[in-house]
Amino acid sequence: MHYSIAPMHIPDGFLSVFVSILMWIASILVVSYALRRVKADLDERQAPLMGVLAAAIFAGQMLNFVVAGGTSGHLMGAAIATILLGPWAATLVMTTVVGVQALIFQDGGLLALGANIFNMAVIGVTVAYFTYQTVQRLAGGKRWGIFVGGFLAAWLSIEIAALATGLELALSGTSPANIAIPAMGGIHAIIGIGEGLITVGALALIYATRPDLLHASEGPQKTEKLAILVGLLLALLLAIASPLASARPDGLEWVAEQKGFLEAAQSPLYQIIPDYAFPGISHQAAATILAGILGTLFVFGVALLVAYTRRKRQSPGS
Amino acid sequence: MHHSIEVKNLSYSYPDGHVALRGVSLNITPGEKVALVGPNGAGKSTLILHLNGILSGQGSVHVAGLPVIKENLGQVRARVGLVFQSPEDQLFSPTVHDDVAFGPRYQGLPEGEIRTRVEEALAVVGMQDYAQRVSHHLSVGEKKRISIATVLSMKPEVLVLDEPTSGLDPRARRSLIQLLDDLDLTMLVSTHDMHLVSELFPRTVVMDEGRVVADGPTGTLLADEALLRAHGLEAPD
Amino acid sequence: MHVHFLDPYIQADSLVHRLDARPKLVLAIAFILTTALTPNGAWAVFILLLALILAVELLSEIGVVYVLKRSMLAIPFVLAAFPLIFTVDGPALFSFNLGAWELTASQPGLERFVSIALKSWISVQAAIVLASTTPFPDLLVAMRAVKVPRLLVSIFALMWRYLFVLADETLRLMRARAARSGHSDSPGLKPGGSLAWRAQVTGGMAGSLFVRAIERSDRIYMAMVSRGYDGEVRAAPSPRLGATNWIILACGLAVLLLLLMFGLILTYASLH
Repeated sequence: MHYSIAPMHIPDGFLSVFVSILMWIASILVVSYALRRVKADLDERQAPLMGVLAAAIFAGQMLNFVVAGGTSGHLMGAAIATILLGPWAATLVMTTVVGVQALIFQDGGLLALGANIFNMAVIGVTVAYFTYQTVQRLAGGKRWGIFVGGFLAAWLSIEIAALATGLELALSGTSPANIAIPAMGGIHAIIGIGEGLITVGALALIYATRPDLLHASEGPQKTEKLAILVGLLLALLLAIASPLASARPDGLEWVAEQKGFLEAAQSPLYQIIPDYAFPGISHQAAATILAGILGTLFVFGVALLVAYTRRKRQSPGS
Repeated sequence: MHHSIEVKNLSYSYPDGHVALRGVSLNITPGEKVALVGPNGAGKSTLILHLNGILSGQGSVHVAGLPVIKENLGQVRARVGLVFQSPEDQLFSPTVHDDVAFGPRYQGLPEGEIRTRVEEALAVVGMQDYAQRVSHHLSVGEKKRISIATVLSMKPEVLVLDEPTSGLDPRARRSLIQLLDDLDLTMLVSTHDMHLVSELFPRTVVMDEGRVVADGPTGTLLADEALLRAHGLEAPD
Repeated sequence: MHVHFLDPYIQADSLVHRLDARPKLVLAIAFILTTALTPNGAWAVFILLLALILAVELLSEIGVVYVLKRSMLAIPFVLAAFPLIFTVDGPALFSFNLGAWELTASQPGLERFVSIALKSWISVQAAIVLASTTPFPDLLVAMRAVKVPRLLVSIFALMWRYLFVLADETLRLMRARAARSGHSDSPGLKPGGSLAWRAQVTGGMAGSLFVRAIERSDRIYMAMVSRGYDGEVRAAPSPRLGATNWIILACGLAVLLLLLMFGLILTYASLH
């Protein structure tokens, strides 16, 4: 009974194993780095602060406001987490939020978790960081920098993450690039406005009540140039790759089909197993019916077993 | 002339199965000030949440003459002002002015009217100078008064309060009691504060285990020791 | 007035509940991986995988209907794969006109779409069983076992602890807002305010949630320091896995491997 936020949490089954593993590796690399940086930079308050803020972001995602008719807008939170905690701690916070959503609420798959973490906790955070820092610099410390920066950081974090999601779906051969990428990009361009507005509202309240919290992320420590660089690169990469991919969906189809190529390369292995050794198995229909019968018998068998043991447990003194 | 609050045979169970209300009936006429007492878990807060449609159970609820059903929720919420126990979660805007202005602004009133409403509401609770203050930094007593103002600015017919004096030091409590005494509105107040009950409320309703177990003049009820003891209450000394 | 519905753990004493969280996590992921590796169109394997997870659901005593209802959550995402029916090349099944376009459904396209939908539906059931039969603290132990770093696990732990508290606060914030969202009786007044204002107010609620969360974390930190916390996260060593658990883990993995092989043979043997 969980509120599904924006259509960005990819469930299992939609990403190819290749893409899933690739994104897992990418996420693990970045999150490991973030862990090292957080341990080095923050003092001992780290765990309670990040844990409770992760809970707050998760709870905050339950908040909604009516957009029109039956639709409502929600918060993802990467931008606000980044502004409050800095990029590395925010990466960890968003990782736990996305992780709990997948593990406990099935909002996003377990195999696909690597990709979801990368999209929301890495792309979302670094793009937000790069945007916010840049706008702040442009504003020269004036107050409008906080709010304009916050809005743009929020919007871009959603938009770029959405483009990445579309690209991943296309690379997996699940959705043609010329539909997935524009669709994700288009829908989230609108959803991103909601994120931007809520982020600005949150910043306004925080600025009024605890302005010191907003300056924490750019304190005495140097601006995280690495995070800015990563954010900028990811944003550029996706902004360029996405229209390219949409215009040439066949290009990505070709990539997806390489998987088929790989599988076809394995087929000589099966020629070693002569057909007669598995008579009937090469007939899809027969195999399917056989599986259906076996499967049904198996499930019934288990059901009977469960019912039997339950009765045995309930009958007094046996 | 309608009843301000008319609850007929209301029953409600929470999604996890807990039965909170069992056939509760209650009528409050305009201008009445009624206290709602009972042990924790009696269903007082659950009942209150039905009065503006946040929860909806079996049976009927009418407020200020309107049935509390989905189509009417907007109007119902304009007529019954609900003030919850914790002010923390009711003051969610940056400044006091913003919080008190929320109700009128949501209703779509013009800016000038909104300003007037805010000033009046703050004046009633004695916090005229607090408009530009940041709610977060106020004391519990101040927050409780502002919470009442956030609802008064909607000019409701009925005021419903959940534990208004809990968490207050004696001075803040005294001034809140004074405030409630001066307010000329139909009122239903859920509370454990028996002194408050005997001071301000001529009529008391006792709830326990999801039912109304007593409903009558406060003086009579508070003198009935057996009744009080049976439902976990103590008479004020 | 608690947000009980957030916790998916269902108490029971089934075999699945009694299985240690560590092999459970590994088996759940292995199951999902097997499903993902199964080639599209290997219907026989999908049926067997479905039978396997249904059997586990029966054994877990949390109710097959409950799991199937929850599994419907992932279904809307299936729309993302819908275009495949029409964009993949292959023998045509049927076609129709949509405005100016002529859409032709192909057999491989339909096969791929249905396979993706099935894979997704089967995988999410495994995740639901895992979450419903394993208390979260045990999942944390399982995370440590698969080498998730200690700091990250402690963030998960604190997040879980305060999730319900903050979700309660959020619920109360929304109720307070609803209670003040009234419609005036005056005709011609449009309720609701502007979209931007509504978003701002919601943002303010979020901001207030965050500020209070950060201040609460200061108090938590003080409580931890009072009990000796020094920044290093220490956890009790996890108990050793008994023989039963190892056997179940090995058997489970073996079954999955067999199903995977079966699927690969099925698909490639049939190509000849």
